[in-house]
Amino acid sequence: MAGKTKTTSKKKAAPKALKTTQDELLQFYKDMLLIRRFEEKAGQLYGMGLIAGFCHLYIGQEAVVTGIRAAMKEGDQMITGYRDHGHMLACDMEARGVMAELTGREGGYSRGKGGSMHMFSTEKKFYGGHGIVGAQVPLGAGLGFANKYLDNGAVSIAFFGDGASNQGQVYETFNMAKLWDLPVVFVIENNQYAMGTSVERSSAETELFKRGISFEIEGVQVDGMNVLAVRDAAKKAIDHARAGKGPMILEMKTYRYRGHSMSDPAKYRTRDEVNDIRSARDPIDAVKARLEKEGWADTDALKAIDKDIKAVVNDSADFAQSSPEPDPSELYTDVLLEA
Amino acid sequence: MAEPETKNMTMIEAIRDAMDVTMSQNSDVLVFGEDVGYFGGVFRCTAGLQEKHGLHRCFDTPISEGGIVGIAIGMAANGLRPVAEIQFADYIYPAYDQIASEAARLRYRSNGDFTCPLTIRTPVGGGIYGGTTHSQSPEALFTHIAGLKTVIPSNPYDAKGMLIEAIEDNDPVLFLEPKRLYNGPFNGDPHAPAKSWKGHPLGEVPTGHYGIELGKARKITEGDDVTILTYGTMVWVAEATAAKVGISADILDLRSLLPLDLDAIVESVKKTGRCLIMHEATRTSGFGAELSALVTEHCFYHLEAPIERVTGWDTPYPHAQEWAYFPGQKRVANALKRIMKDV
Ligand SMILES: Cc1ncc(C[n+]2csc(CCOP(=O)(O)OP(=O)(O)O)c2C)c(N)n1
Ligand SMILES: [Mg+2]
Repeated sequence: MAGKTKTTSKKKAAPKALKTTQDELLQFYKDMLLIRRFEEKAGQLYGMGLIAGFCHLYIGQEAVVTGIRAAMKEGDQMITGYRDHGHMLACDMEARGVMAELTGREGGYSRGKGGSMHMFSTEKKFYGGHGIVGAQVPLGAGLGFANKYLDNGAVSIAFFGDGASNQGQVYETFNMAKLWDLPVVFVIENNQYAMGTSVERSSAETELFKRGISFEIEGVQVDGMNVLAVRDAAKKAIDHARAGKGPMILEMKTYRYRGHSMSDPAKYRTRDEVNDIRSARDPIDAVKARLEKEGWADTDALKAIDKDIKAVVNDSADFAQSSPEPDPSELYTDVLLEA
Repeated sequence: MAEPETKNMTMIEAIRDAMDVTMSQNSDVLVFGEDVGYFGGVFRCTAGLQEKHGLHRCFDTPISEGGIVGIAIGMAANGLRPVAEIQFADYIYPAYDQIASEAARLRYRSNGDFTCPLTIRTPVGGGIYGGTTHSQSPEALFTHIAGLKTVIPSNPYDAKGMLIEAIEDNDPVLFLEPKRLYNGPFNGDPHAPAKSWKGHPLGEVPTGHYGIELGKARKITEGDDVTILTYGTMVWVAEATAAKVGISADILDLRSLLPLDLDAIVESVKKTGRCLIMHEATRTSGFGAELSALVTEHCFYHLEAPIERVTGWDTPYPHAQEWAYFPGQKRVANALKRIMKDV
């Protein structure tokens, strides 16, 4: 039923400011800034050769996970792909443990063995961190299945990219999730590119919120650069899932400023495209402007926030360099339950 | 006949050249995969092919490995010669069903009516800090499948000739590309300065069309003390270690795992009486187990020492401690010493 699927962002040319409070908006500002500064630092450490291999930065997309997280309740779960640092910070995982995983140290969440793409925290309800594109989507539905079976009232949120939305297993999952009305929310982070391939060059239907139509899953397109719009859409979808009405799809229109991973020749888009979005739609700048306009924070207050965040991030970077490498014997642990 | 012209090429350039040459000669050859067309491939193996041969012959696919391989099989059954790229071998598992149940079985199930002249190219192996999902060596999962050829070159010269042969083969071929060797030979020492293929004899690649028969091993060095059976990145680890330890080794780069050059293996082991098997992949049920069984079956009475295997550990590929995982020179040297201890 096409009528069930709607777009929120398209209708309004100039959306009026969404409701918020001083406390809430300040918190969003802090949460998003933490992600951005953390990622900038990770980029620096990579440049210095302290992080090796793959490292996918979330810069530009901060409003998505921050807004979703704000709509989640205690006990709700998150699962995502490999662009996962922001999700972990949003789940209140320690910046230290995340950064030390990037540098491959014992103090990392996976004791250095997982790296940037593979971290978890059962305590914080973060289920990874998955390097195989799309693989986390059925897992997310499985989390939802268990929540429903256990009748614990929790909802799981499965994040994936525009590129991942072309994996066959995503559609097997959509069908089962709706067939069984699982309490799961599918969040498509549409940053318009999968590595160097744009959505137009990979997708017959480029409006990804419509991907659930043939499964009777309601989809909504959301301005993923607006943390308040994300919050509102997430609240509806999570309530819907928690009420036993099954999954929804949220297509977050967002953008990544940095390369796909750290070695990205960026030949597939222009500098101007990136700069234009950055100057017109930056999610953190928007919140900052609103804070100032409402008189909720002055320059000094914002500076103080930035300073506190930098301290957390610098501390994580120090820790990530001073924590030792795991002992080689660690290679054998956690392959199976040790006898 | 005049000597063919040669050019120094990296493995990337040689692989690209193989596709270019076959695409130029045969309009049924198509090249596609994730980021393959417009972007030219994450390792640049297909750079320029779309510009030269057109969007209809070199193109991007969505991230849909099962679909990519399945559609390629249909194309192959209907007269084309698809060359599908799976960006990393670690991503091939969604396509495993299509490879094992369809590509490898079409000929058998149809009494030879339908064939599957399909080539799947995919980078394998470690040494690039890729961690669990970007470093695996899954060759044994494929050599276990009857009806499929699995090959793995170790240098530019072989890569080009074998890829042309694979594309022109009338059966499905899985073409594994050791990614650590793309830009130069790697001797297993991550601290040594990176070497390029420049100046390496196997970096000199004929510019035109040539094939290398699949199923023939290459002798890397001639020796009398021990036979080393290996392939991919480990070929160059073997060569460097044998030289360092000062052992006269008959090093066979198997190049093709299925079909396998059993004659070359048997001849060498009968000559040396000793055998070391090396691969990056995990040990248990690895291809080395097959090699060890074959050597035992065919050369038992010629063996003067137990067969040794140097392999990856039976663990996932780690992010940290990559060089404790990678079967480098130290482990190879120790194995060689054990094999030679009662000489
Ligand atoms: C099964 C699989 N295929 C391919 C890849 C390689 N790969 C990693 S990320 C990526 C692009 C994914 O794009 P998208 O889903 O849009 O997420 P984004 O990177 O934009 O966050 C590709 C092709 C992979 N990791 N797993
Ligand atoms: Mg994307």
